[in-house]
Amino acid sequence: MQLDFGAVLVDWRLLGVGVLWTLGLTAVATVLGMVLGIACAWARAHGPGWLRWTVGTYVELIRNTPFIVQLFFIFFGLPAAGVKLTPETASMIAMVLNLGAYATEIIRAGIEATPRGQVEAALSLALTRAQVFLRVVLPPALKRVWPAMVSQIIIVMLGSAVCSQISVEDLSYAANLIQSRNFRAFEAFIVATLVYLVLSVMTRRLLNWLGPRFFFGR
Amino acid sequence: MPATLTRRATIGVALAAALLTAAGAAQAQAALDGIMKSKTVKIAVPTDYPPYGSVDKTMQPVGLDVDMARLVATKLGAKLELVPVTSANRIPYLQTKKADLVISTLGKNAEREKVIDFSASYAPFFQGVFAAKTLPVKTFADMAGKTVGVTRGAMEDQELQKVAPAGLEYRRFEDNNATIAAFVSGQVQTVATSGAVAAEMISRNPQLNAEYKLLLKDSPCFIGIAKGEEPLKAKVNEIIAAAKADGTLDAMSKKWLGRGAGDLPL
Repeated sequence: MQLDFGAVLVDWRLLGVGVLWTLGLTAVATVLGMVLGIACAWARAHGPGWLRWTVGTYVELIRNTPFIVQLFFIFFGLPAAGVKLTPETASMIAMVLNLGAYATEIIRAGIEATPRGQVEAALSLALTRAQVFLRVVLPPALKRVWPAMVSQIIIVMLGSAVCSQISVEDLSYAANLIQSRNFRAFEAFIVATLVYLVLSVMTRRLLNWLGPRFFFGR
Repeated sequence: MPATLTRRATIGVALAAALLTAAGAAQAQAALDGIMKSKTVKIAVPTDYPPYGSVDKTMQPVGLDVDMARLVATKLGAKLELVPVTSANRIPYLQTKKADLVISTLGKNAEREKVIDFSASYAPFFQGVFAAKTLPVKTFADMAGKTVGVTRGAMEDQELQKVAPAGLEYRRFEDNNATIAAFVSGQVQTVATSGAVAAEMISRNPQLNAEYKLLLKDSPCFIGIAKGEEPLKAKVNEIIAAAKADGTLDAMSKKWLGRGAGDLPL
């Protein structure tokens, strides 16, 4: 078997654009998904009954269906209800909703592990409920679950490969397009695999560095 | 030992081939006589390739190829016996005389011409651009600024790139189904695919109000005839010429493919 990586790497612009899309989608999904996850985790732990039930339904709906089905529902299904989204917007929404649901459960686990006495102590110092949640409960909760959270973000990033199915020009799309033109499937996917590997390792390191500095201190 | 076996096998195959060829030559030119004598004609048609040939709700073969087979049989004055075939076995059926004619979306190429003969073409097979009737697309230049759904790596993708304007926005999907789904759900304004697939899509989704817009590539269908059957070939060509002249071919094409037969090569 003769490997010809030149035939793949000559399309480096396509691959570069693919990497940017993959990273861009992941960045948006991470930020919005975390915010959604924290809000839903609060709702599930402290919210009123109806809100708890609504959030619970959302979480179970997302966690018990495949990502590709969620994506196809948003892209191919919603137009029937008059909602037309570009492939990029549809992918972004699908990824945020997906990460949000998993983040909810991960963060909730951290919140529930916060000792009751810590909350009572904070309340007795006349902090408001919001202050208690954001300053006393959330930081140690995030610290406890950060490794799980980072793993979930990586899973979502790798899962974004599915978005190429609805013509988002991410890294998988680039690899697929290249191999459909020059029939160098092996080389194209070796390159894609290595790039994904590098992206994952770098993202993991970045998040492990960011977490202690911005979310919860060392 | 294995070498001898191989040699023997080779000689055996060669002998068998020689015998078959001799038998074939003796039988050649007998097909039309045989049809006339038995008053039946066996025609191979597809049953897995709508709208050219498929099976309807009552399990009857229907489609453009089936209509063509009926026409040929009627004109030959013979009873029609349909033989269902697939793309892979349609030429062997003809070679082994299990069918007198193959009317099965058969394209003509040099390799096939070595083993069978071809009539004049009877129907178009084409790849094109399809869009809603309300979308003004008259030339490829009109596609600038519009979105097109196309299957990644398919022939349409390559053909389109040769002729499309720079402003055309490609939406490439993984397979034919996703491409069609994107057009049906309104996610792309135009779609580039084969005429057969588009006709099926349009007939199943009348609400789209879609129509044929532009031609990407033509590769018409021919009737396959066993090698050397000159009288039968002449007769079939006569039938095709007549059907072309009186508009039957055009009507058939419009009925099944949503587009006229156009200029069919001989």
